[in-house]
Amino acid sequence: MNNVQASISVLGTSALLFEAPGEMTLESQQRIWALAREAQSWPEVREAVPGMNNLMLSFARAPRTLGDLEARLQAAWLAARPLPLEGRVVELPVVYGGAGGPHMGDVVAHTGMGIDEIIERHSAPLYPVYALGSHPGYCYLGGMDPRIATPRRKVPVVSIPGGAVSIGGAQTGVSASEGPSGWNTIGSTSMRFFDPAQDPPALLRPGDSIRFRVEKVIR
Amino acid sequence: MIEILSASALATVQDLGRTGALRWGVGTSGAMDPLALAAGNILLGNDEGAAAVEVPVFPFQVRFAQDCAFAVTGADVAARLDDEPLLPWWSTLARAGQVLQLGLPQGGTWRASRAYLCVAGGIDVPPALGSRSTQLRGAFGGHEGRALRQGDSLRVGAASDARCGKGIGLVPPALALPLQLDDLPAIRVLPAAQYTNYTEASRATFWSEPWKITAQSDRYGYRLSGTRLEAVSALEMRSHGIVPGVIQVPPGGQPIVQMRDAQPSGGYPKLGTVIEADLWRLGQAPIGGRVRFVETNWDDAMAALAQTRRWLDEVRRLVELQRSQRGGR
Repeated sequence: MNNVQASISVLGTSALLFEAPGEMTLESQQRIWALAREAQSWPEVREAVPGMNNLMLSFARAPRTLGDLEARLQAAWLAARPLPLEGRVVELPVVYGGAGGPHMGDVVAHTGMGIDEIIERHSAPLYPVYALGSHPGYCYLGGMDPRIATPRRKVPVVSIPGGAVSIGGAQTGVSASEGPSGWNTIGSTSMRFFDPAQDPPALLRPGDSIRFRVEKVIR
Repeated sequence: MIEILSASALATVQDLGRTGALRWGVGTSGAMDPLALAAGNILLGNDEGAAAVEVPVFPFQVRFAQDCAFAVTGADVAARLDDEPLLPWWSTLARAGQVLQLGLPQGGTWRASRAYLCVAGGIDVPPALGSRSTQLRGAFGGHEGRALRQGDSLRVGAASDARCGKGIGLVPPALALPLQLDDLPAIRVLPAAQYTNYTEASRATFWSEPWKITAQSDRYGYRLSGTRLEAVSALEMRSHGIVPGVIQVPPGGQPIVQMRDAQPSGGYPKLGTVIEADLWRLGQAPIGGRVRFVETNWDDAMAALAQTRRWLDEVRRLVELQRSQRGGR
């Protein structure tokens, strides 16, 4: 059990953000999933939304004062046991570099590694889906090799295509549709991650996993 | 049905937004000025959250294919029904075949930028994941998941109250709930988690200088320009949930305010959050215009939210009073 206090902050009067202390780990994320399940039943909470080792509570009705909710959240976190969600494994063929990976050069420059080494490290792990966010069907993944971590871009890119495989800080992910992004795109894949007519509408859920298979490397 | 006659882009079907789908990565969307949408609906006897057409680019024209009570709220856009000028924030009955034209937003101390065409019965597009708002990024919701185009026809729902076309008007919230600083729209902000990671000088700058809404601003976010905000240390955050109103500061030091089509999560440091009660003010601030930010606290932010709720309740009371005084049908 971690005895460092978690951080709680407000997002205006619309939501509250809980950030778990310590290193980003799967175990900590499993406790976040447990905390989300608990908080979802609280009357002031409209939706408990897991992030990367953090949890946002959007308000159904913002409380007059925050003290009680904050104390309840801290207590529930201390009591939370890891909730092991286990799902399926989805394999995604990736074309690394080239026009579909316009920021590979920035990752090379930042890490000092060659393209082959970056690709090898990126395609090696089985990435657990920690959370969904960003845009419909998008998955935040845990488990990236920290040696290929690359800071988010100084100015976000106005649009990257669906299927873009990118690195933002210590995280990696695949965009589910075209849109703006602050991440470094190193490759591309094709997969439909979201269909509003399905229930649930997202292809993947926390606990599922993604594996990137090297389909091609363009230098 | 109403038919879109204009080729102008970016008009969308919006309601008060999509809640409860954040866990699938689906942001809220919804009207940039929720007060104008809700008040327009009240004028017409609709639920506050009925869908309407949000119009950010003018001129804009529609033809009514059926008799239809409507109200244009939000920006004062010198609306005309055929040749007859209409008052803003006023309900009117259109006859089948009449054409409604929305012109450029009118000046004055508070020139708003978006108009809402509300119709009795609401715009009847199929709800998707609990809302009729257009989800542009996901290409669903609203009318075919996209902005409206010339030639599109929108179905109108069944009106709940046959009396709703009988000319009732409102004082807009820009006049009823004014908030300005140095003749600029003032927007209240609650400091967020990384507020203290900005230098004292930068924090002072944020509150004391005007911020320009750049041309790279849209329903996703307002990219602001002003004196560069300096962080004490560069932070790489873990991705977390965010809401419309969150003010992110990318390493370039120029803030971005998340708006209604914002992603539901992000990782840039957060300086503050525009309070829910003031999102409509910012949503109406025109591109190229400037705004000021005012620091607030939880209690005042909650009081402001209650004040907007009271304003809507008062609107409902006045509308119902006028309707009952004019008698039934």
